[in-house]
Amino acid sequence: MNITKTLDAKGLACPMPIVRTKKAIDTIQSGEILEVLTTDKGSLNDIKAWSAAGGHTVLEQKEEAGVLYFYIQKA
Amino acid sequence: MTVNMWKAADVARKVIDNKELFILDVRNADAFEDWKIEGHQFDYLNIPYFELLDGVEEILPRIPTDKDVLVVCAKEGSSVMVAEMLSDAGLTVGYLEGGMKSWSMYLEPIKVGDLADGGELYQFVRLGKGCLSYMVVSGDEAAIIDAVRFTEVFTKFAEEKNITIKHVFDTHLHADHISGGRAIAAATGATYYLPPKDAEEVVYDYTPLEDGLTVKVGTSQINVGAVYSPGHTIGSTSFVVDGKYLLTGDILFIDSIGRPDLAGLAEDWVADLRESLYVRYRALAEDLIVCPAHFMIIDELNEDGTVAKRLGDLFAENHGLNVEDEKVFRSMVTDNLPPQPHAYQEIRHVNMGKIMPTDEEQTEMEIGPNRCAVR
Repeated sequence: MNITKTLDAKGLACPMPIVRTKKAIDTIQSGEILEVLTTDKGSLNDIKAWSAAGGHTVLEQKEEAGVLYFYIQKA
Repeated sequence: MTVNMWKAADVARKVIDNKELFILDVRNADAFEDWKIEGHQFDYLNIPYFELLDGVEEILPRIPTDKDVLVVCAKEGSSVMVAEMLSDAGLTVGYLEGGMKSWSMYLEPIKVGDLADGGELYQFVRLGKGCLSYMVVSGDEAAIIDAVRFTEVFTKFAEEKNITIKHVFDTHLHADHISGGRAIAAATGATYYLPPKDAEEVVYDYTPLEDGLTVKVGTSQINVGAVYSPGHTIGSTSFVVDGKYLLTGDILFIDSIGRPDLAGLAEDWVADLRESLYVRYRALAEDLIVCPAHFMIIDELNEDGTVAKRLGDLFAENHGLNVEDEKVFRSMVTDNLPPQPHAYQEIRHVNMGKIMPTDEEQTEMEIGPNRCAVR
């Protein structure tokens, strides 16, 4: 996977992971991939729902050592 | 304009006093559909916070200016953000401190009624989760039934009244919430009782709660008598308090009945459930006031915020007590059941003493409605 940008939102509480994700996605081009790292469990549903609402695609998500990783392809 | 911080207690007052409130719930749609703050006269708008990042202009026309507006989210952060945006747009709004988490945890003690010789029965209403706990007070002693895990609420209440907690009961091994019973008993030296048939896997010591067991509370010796009433679990036991109140646990609710499937044995326990509801309870006095361990819908609350109703009225009005055909009854309580409570297996294991999650993990496990009933 070709990651264009990585956003480290670890330690941030809701709503900041989404606020930062939105800002980061605004800086990349359509079709490019944003990697998001967060420790906020609420992100699990919120990033999916936010991506769906904006037409973005969550290509992959995983959890490793308490950190959630999301790979979002910009619409 | 202004942003006000509301406590869960403030919201509880609105529910109990039957007041109007407009709730802007900024969690995502699934979470809102699954579980929200219920009030008799509450109106709702659900817009996820992440759809409002560019501004709140679009939703302004949908927010009333003639009643209180409260922004709610899961924990608090997003509701503060949205409340501040609304405030910048000229509105006066509130946000809920601690979000739905604090709503799930809030307990309101309400007196149900008087017992003999100055005794009292209190119901601790957990509005956000629909859990109901009880304290029987008589003289300088108390007994607690189905305590939730916020043990300080009970011990402080007892301290303020200058009474000693002597007996702590769980009507059954709970699957929807974590019991505070053992912890209260440990902190106060009270005896902790659990039905042995529900306790086969528990890893701690307890006193068996058997059919016919009677304890006396206080100088006036108020009777708390056990009536074996299986069906929700195989051990489920009810209590008759002072010959006046019937504490039904999760067997009978105001507008529904218990579900038999949360320990995985629905088919086996249907007959027990029917026997408890249609034979054992029928043999009791109709003037007993039923006090269940849960409510499911806000309509089950009385005007004073309590959840209690005459047994005879329930025989007449509760659909679950009026299914004549056994086959229809069996199908009602085993087919098309509502989803099971969030994390109910883990919660059962906590209540057995097998796992000891942190406070935060316990809070997560208990998020959502209780779902112990079949309507």
